[in-house]
Amino acid sequence: MSEAFLCAEAAVEGSRLDRFEPRTRVAAAVAVVVVVLAARSLPLLAGLVPVALIAARLAGVGVADLARRLAHVEGFLVVLALLLPLTVPGPAVVTFGPIALSQSGLERAAAIVLRVNLSAIALFTLIGGLEPIRLGHALARLGMPEKLVHLLLFAARWVGLVAAEARRLDDALRVRGFRARPSAHGLRTLAHFIGQLLVRAFERAERVEEAMRCRAFAGRFALVDEGRFTRLDAAFAVGLGLVLLAVLVVDRSS
Amino acid sequence: MAHIPDGVLSLPVLIGGGALAAAGIGLGLRAIDERDVPKTAILAALFFVGSLFSVPIGPSSIHLLLGGTMGLVLGVATFPAVFVGLLLQATMFGFGGISTLGVDTVNMALPGVVLGVLARPLLGRVSTAGRVAIGAGVGALAVAGTAGGMALALALSSPDYVPSLGVVVATQVPLAAIEAVVTGVLVAHLARVKPEVLGLTAFEPAPLPVVVPAAESIEVAS
Repeated sequence: MSEAFLCAEAAVEGSRLDRFEPRTRVAAAVAVVVVVLAARSLPLLAGLVPVALIAARLAGVGVADLARRLAHVEGFLVVLALLLPLTVPGPAVVTFGPIALSQSGLERAAAIVLRVNLSAIALFTLIGGLEPIRLGHALARLGMPEKLVHLLLFAARWVGLVAAEARRLDDALRVRGFRARPSAHGLRTLAHFIGQLLVRAFERAERVEEAMRCRAFAGRFALVDEGRFTRLDAAFAVGLGLVLLAVLVVDRSS
Repeated sequence: MAHIPDGVLSLPVLIGGGALAAAGIGLGLRAIDERDVPKTAILAALFFVGSLFSVPIGPSSIHLLLGGTMGLVLGVATFPAVFVGLLLQATMFGFGGISTLGVDTVNMALPGVVLGVLARPLLGRVSTAGRVAIGAGVGALAVAGTAGGMALALALSSPDYVPSLGVVVATQVPLAAIEAVVTGVLVAHLARVKPEVLGLTAFEPAPLPVVVPAAESIEVAS
């Protein structure tokens, strides 16, 4: 752990899903989130949580990584979901003195907590760990505007370089005994830190742009990977499709 | 964090946010030509990395949003840059949401774009102290705008969220204060070191007077 500004966020390890074509993973993530948002039955949503956790585990997602990701979501939910049982009008089911928790409020809160967590597990499992370059290629093949894809591919490439630059600056600060504190000095240093990072990034971008034009960059990247759907993709898509369909049928019939 | 996860917002809000984001991204892409793509991308990467900086406050820590800085530097191109940043966060850390990608993009980018476009022409007319003040205002208001956008998205989704909104917005107040200080100093720093980034003309020193020494005063080292 750095004592200055930079806090390390471990990227997700490559998952076992890397065997699938990235488009399959993107489509699967979208499909799961849509079904989770559409489902209304609380017991069904609750029943899906262990299924999702087992699926994540099978896909090779680390327990600690997932826990950290979910803790982040829970931080957002604490404020939102905790107040719902107190504020949504309805028959009270639990009363502690002046505090009454309404049934409809509890149900709303439970539905939100379940949906948010299921979606987060799905996103983390299916998209997290997908290499940004492969995501870029997948989105290009799915019809995202070319310029936006270039932006994504360039940015993905440069995140590592900018982060390395930031680490050098961070090291330079720590060598001089700097500790990040919410003081005037600390904030001024942070501002200069980011400013310097921006200046260096900008100058690097200028050099790269010139170098690329020297090499006759015509504003177009070749998509180098093949991006073919395999039988594995078909099997996964059919399997997931059947599961999601079953979820929807059970939800609407209950 | 300014991410709203999947599962909280209602369908009309998600669609509205998506449409607004698409319009903003379209405008932004039209504003940058092919040659500007590397520059915009490296700044998008920078802002993505910038969101990893944290300032420790008590037991917790605050992550910067840098929305105001982005708006000042990138203008309308902030929309595609934020969108790309969110996509990268989704793949590298599994953060964010799919259905809320549009709403999150608008919340992060729109305040910065509006403030940046309004404030940028003023930077050339004021002194360093004025630049600090403008930067501070943009930084704080951009955070306020992002918090306001989140609150609006939640309130439009369900009236049940309204009582919680005060708390959601209140948690952003320390961030707004920190962003104000950081953005203020940052803008003054950029204006001094790399004024082109802010659309200011680069400082060009007056040419030094050329002094030709008299011939007899030149001594040749042996």
